[in-house]
Amino acid sequence: MTGGTLDRRAVVADLLRDRGALCVVSGLGSPSYDVMAAGDHDLNYYLWAAMGSAMTVGLGLAAAQPDRPVMVVTGDGEALMGLGALATIALRRPRNLGIVILDNGHFGETGMQPSHAGQGIELTRVAEACGFPVVDRVTERQGIAPLRRRIHAMESLTLAVVKIAAADLPRALPPRDGVHGKNRFRAALGFQPA
Amino acid sequence: MTPDPDAASWRQDVFDVLKAAGVRHVAYVPDAGHATAIRLAEADPEINAVVLTTEEEGIGYLAGAWLGGERGALLMQSSGVGNCINTLGLVACARFPFLTVVTMRGDWAEFNPWQTPMGQATEPALRLMGVLTWRAEEPEQVRPLLQGAASMAFEGDAACAVLLGQRLIGRKEWVK
Repeated sequence: MTGGTLDRRAVVADLLRDRGALCVVSGLGSPSYDVMAAGDHDLNYYLWAAMGSAMTVGLGLAAAQPDRPVMVVTGDGEALMGLGALATIALRRPRNLGIVILDNGHFGETGMQPSHAGQGIELTRVAEACGFPVVDRVTERQGIAPLRRRIHAMESLTLAVVKIAAADLPRALPPRDGVHGKNRFRAALGFQPA
Repeated sequence: MTPDPDAASWRQDVFDVLKAAGVRHVAYVPDAGHATAIRLAEADPEINAVVLTTEEEGIGYLAGAWLGGERGALLMQSSGVGNCINTLGLVACARFPFLTVVTMRGDWAEFNPWQTPMGQATEPALRLMGVLTWRAEEPEQVRPLLQGAASMAFEGDAACAVLLGQRLIGRKEWVK
């Protein structure tokens, strides 16, 4: 089973609808383009590098902002590089953190080479083995709205693997200035630059 | 470890300086040299003590905490610096404040030669990635060096590492 059939842009647009106080961290490559395509926002932090770090950035943010929902949007390849983070996050269990892994079973940015997820490693099972309290495998578009509601409800740490089609879509490039992205994110939360 | 009991207050100093600098998050991969700071951080209700599976997780975690308005520090051994190299690009590109305390292996009286390559490369590797470094070899150096590093990190968005040398930490006891 490699990936799925869902349209990644439609999935992310649904997830970011009526976002309220939501903070978003996106993993490098297509997930950052998907989040950008859904509409740039001061409370988006787009990673352009540090592969494997999207989930840990989300964890730190969720710990520092316990009253806001934090959503990590990343890909199967990016998540695989930071697989140990699932163990670290499972120990912390922040109830305001939702991790959404867009799984197309491939490394999309580098030429659609099949990933481990596309060759039998089921990331939901890894998360379950780590003890994630809520794990979801979404293969139908109808599964997205309840996932979005769960993340906004902040009742439990959540991880969802969304099975998307391995499509190479036009890029929607977010700003690449990391300092700008950091400062505008913090300003939106009321923090000033040093 | 065989710490000199008269000089071991530096272990407490590491925690006290971090706490006084407003650190709310202590991410770590355990090392015997950090045992006191880890124990105190875990016991402090105002501090999130976060055990990692690998050191680069701490870089992402602390970047996220800073986005959310809070300060943190990473405690690791010199071998862990090697695990962090690519992820330090995040710190450099976004100028995230970064404060780490590194206990050294492979730099003095090292019994295990497998520790030496990374130990010898630790400080140059940090500097190659834009991290400022200071070395403490005497107990009384720890407090001022860490205070200075914390102020440059949190007040100037710098990446700062204080390296705690093996002469400070003491020889590791291999035959018990």
